[in-house]
Amino acid sequence: MAAVIPPPGEHLHDRKNLQLIGKARRRVDGRAKVTGQTKFADDLQFPRMAHCKLLRSRVPHAIIKNIDATRAAARPGVLLVLTGRDFPIPYGILPVSHDEFPLCNDRVRFVGDPVAAVIATDPLIAFEALDDIDVEYEPLRTFSDPEDSIQHSEPRIHEYADKGNLHKLVSLQFGDVAGGFADADHVFDDVFFYQGNTHLPIETHATVGTKDPDGKLTVYSSTQCPHYLHKATAKALDMDPAHIRIIACSNGGGFGGKSDVFNHEIVVARAALMLDRPVKICLTREEVFYCHRGRHPVTMRFKTGVKNDGTITALHVQSLLDGGAYGSYGVASTFYTGALQTVTYHIPKYRFDGCRAFTNKPPCGPKRGHGTPQSRFGQEIQLDKIAVKLGIDPAELRLRIIEQPNTLTANFLTVRTIGLRECVERVVRMSDWKNKYKKMPHGRGVGIACSSYLCGAGLSINWNEMPQSGVQLNLDRSGRVTAFCGATEIGQGSDDVLVACVAEILGIDPHDVRPVTGDTDLGPVDLGSYSSRVTLMMGNAAIQAAERARDLLAIAVAKKLEIPKERLVFANRKVFDCENPLKALSFRDAVCAAETMHGTIGTVGSYSPPKSPAKFKGGGVGPSPTYSYSAAVVEVEIDPRTGWLRVPRVWMAHDIGRALNPTLAIGQVQGSIYMGLGEALMEEQEFRRLPERLSNALVHKFPSMLEYKSPTTLETPEMYIELVEDPDPTGPFGAKEVGQGPLLPIMPAVANAVFDAIGVRIDEVPITPEKILKALDAKAKGKDPRFGPASFPSVPYPEPIIVTPPWEGGDGRAANEPEKKHRTEQNQGARNAAWHDAQKLMNEKSNPEGASR
Amino acid sequence: MPESNSLTKQHLHISMRLNGEPREVSFASYKTLLEVLREDCDLPGTKHGCELGECGACAVLLDGEPVLSCLIIGAECDGREVVTVEGLAKDGKLHPLQETFADCGAAQCGYCTPGFLVTAKALLDRCPNPSREQIKESLSGNLCRCTGYQQIFEAVEASIARIAACRVSGNSEVV
Repeated sequence: MAAVIPPPGEHLHDRKNLQLIGKARRRVDGRAKVTGQTKFADDLQFPRMAHCKLLRSRVPHAIIKNIDATRAAARPGVLLVLTGRDFPIPYGILPVSHDEFPLCNDRVRFVGDPVAAVIATDPLIAFEALDDIDVEYEPLRTFSDPEDSIQHSEPRIHEYADKGNLHKLVSLQFGDVAGGFADADHVFDDVFFYQGNTHLPIETHATVGTKDPDGKLTVYSSTQCPHYLHKATAKALDMDPAHIRIIACSNGGGFGGKSDVFNHEIVVARAALMLDRPVKICLTREEVFYCHRGRHPVTMRFKTGVKNDGTITALHVQSLLDGGAYGSYGVASTFYTGALQTVTYHIPKYRFDGCRAFTNKPPCGPKRGHGTPQSRFGQEIQLDKIAVKLGIDPAELRLRIIEQPNTLTANFLTVRTIGLRECVERVVRMSDWKNKYKKMPHGRGVGIACSSYLCGAGLSINWNEMPQSGVQLNLDRSGRVTAFCGATEIGQGSDDVLVACVAEILGIDPHDVRPVTGDTDLGPVDLGSYSSRVTLMMGNAAIQAAERARDLLAIAVAKKLEIPKERLVFANRKVFDCENPLKALSFRDAVCAAETMHGTIGTVGSYSPPKSPAKFKGGGVGPSPTYSYSAAVVEVEIDPRTGWLRVPRVWMAHDIGRALNPTLAIGQVQGSIYMGLGEALMEEQEFRRLPERLSNALVHKFPSMLEYKSPTTLETPEMYIELVEDPDPTGPFGAKEVGQGPLLPIMPAVANAVFDAIGVRIDEVPITPEKILKALDAKAKGKDPRFGPASFPSVPYPEPIIVTPPWEGGDGRAANEPEKKHRTEQNQGARNAAWHDAQKLMNEKSNPEGASR
Repeated sequence: MPESNSLTKQHLHISMRLNGEPREVSFASYKTLLEVLREDCDLPGTKHGCELGECGACAVLLDGEPVLSCLIIGAECDGREVVTVEGLAKDGKLHPLQETFADCGAAQCGYCTPGFLVTAKALLDRCPNPSREQIKESLSGNLCRCTGYQQIFEAVEASIARIAACRVSGNSEVV
């Protein structure tokens, strides 16, 4: 039973007798999804709606000399042609990289960069008119990979890069890493490569812009982040944001691919305003491959010092990211390749060097796990190598080095609950690991890996001290509760989380609560569906709003029933006396009583994450209210003659804190395993050069769903999943994230299983039959039994920022960053490091908001 | 891009049985069944993911057989029977597959769901008690990026008993 006032000392996350939370249920939007009634952006139809198509660059890097759209504009049915001249203001998702224009201004930077838009009465007319636009290009040297960008600084893809064509160069050192290596019994030094891959949501991106009857702008879009689209649209169109409404439609899958602001969204917004009629764009599948913003290809070097018992003495990680042609989330992605190693295992001394290079390919950005799967792959394979060398069972090695709960790590990340030990123990037990590892016949094997992930980024992208999620409740005398929130339903079940948190506190049925989400005009801001933040942040805001509503009702009901409000229970759509349950009001009557006493009933809740103790530049990426943990065992079967690899079974234990709705939580874990297997075995965002005589262009090797291989039902393994529930005090009812973390251990667990099966190391993904055969061939010839990069490139990393770890007396500030230190003190330590970059890099015109601060 | 000639802009008129109802519809002759359903029949439940026959999101039943509506020309459907996701529920009651998909978590974002539902229905109409392997095989042309497929298999299996129960009770309308 849910008492109004929790007994002293009882916290919500400890609560045992919950009515709704923790029970497997149909999600609130389940019916809509199975009847085809969920409205996705391309399902929207409006009277007089026009259609937009984009002309995209067919050359990878060039100056636009001239665009002549006269013929296109003259075509019957063509209403408007827009070019870069119509969009003078750049935008970007991060304040440090406002480097995109809705339509390219003077330069194209990759095949697929949009240079013009045609809006016509019919999509076919718009499409055909694209051929009537003549663009004159002056080709520039094209950069195809990061090493090319390291070696050649000119011509610069962007002027604002840290150095030449190296977008971002960072180096952070926590403690005496060299001393740590000197203390080690063994030092392992390995290089890995993680190929890029893409989100492949089944829904292609779509947006409709409309000019409202009152002249304001409304944009409906398949976006994960309506709040960021709101900001960017206002900036790029130089409009008052109060006159722009963004409605995030239900996303047909996102996985990070709809979390950036896209040029087509801003183009149709302007077109709708200019034409005074609705304008829709829906991208083709090929265009989605070129929009990308997916997993960065990363080359990594891991240097790890260990004692004979497996204890880590020091870790030095170096990463080189292929960023593609624009900034996107790339600065954050770069830091993420080096941020979360320390929250999983105890690492007393740590150094991270990161570099993101610009190349003339579609921009990379955040995909499920954002920047961390690549380095997790390297770390977990290297741990497997360490275990083999030291003669320690790989599961046992991990149990020895797991980070402690309630710890501040070397890089000042706050670990709270950590269920990783139990996760490892459970997958070992479930998979019968001890009878399988090193004991299966040749060609079959098992591998283990662990991981951790954020439950929401601790610092928002645009630094401010406002809440990161807000919920408003409106209660009506009918007994109906409406929950308003900016959160965005992308399939993960955020509407269900919102409704469940409210219904649990108010003791009503989830069906009694109507969620109104993803609409910037109707609900308070939620930053968006990224960084696994929604359950924790929106959930806490929802609980706060619901508790305030419950308390308003309790005062009125207590008076009416003439009992102290402390005796009231909210459950089963009733409010009753815990000492005499027959003394009760229905929930509806309770709302009526409250409305009579207080007037209209509405409450608000908001959530801001705890302040991070990391005060050094770069410390803004990695902090989170808490972290989730996962462990996986993967079994593989390999045919050594063909290299063909099959995954028959996967075991996963995930530390979720508390599962709010186990049906959805299990679905997130299974979906993560599936997507991880795709990355491990087949998915790659690969590019090729067309011959010189054609254009020398860098084009996607296979921009179709047939040739970009992703797992089907036939590749699906048996999945055995357990949720580890140790409620975390920071989470709503103790819940942590589940949408991204479980993906992370899959790829290294597959690689480790390959080694157990056939004794070769595949140090890169995807792990294809061809690579397995090459490694087996090397082994047969007595060479290094391995496939992977031979060496790590020479990268001009800067001198590291030196930060003393907490156990050596560090206070989270850098020892060699005086200017930053001063500023940090001024601002009470809460400023995002990215913000300082923004001030340095952004001119006033491109970032008026920055200039005013 | 080829110039559209006047022929493709000509409108066709066909009669079909759509979700159990007679339906007359006129549309530009180049349109696929997918486009006709979404744009001319006001049935946006059928989705598109590639329009090249690669993802299965646009699956509908044509004379009871699952087809990719993005590969069928609307002109081919004259006189034929088409069932979309909107035609699965009967008399205000969801089809058992719709119930179990919703209950088992088989629909996350829901975008691929209409295609899965009609494909699974065709399987169960043909083979009332399929094995897990038969379910996998019959759904192998439908891509889902959210679920990892396991809850979809479980939903199809859970529906088998419900459909059998409906048959026993004589409620064959639903199935």
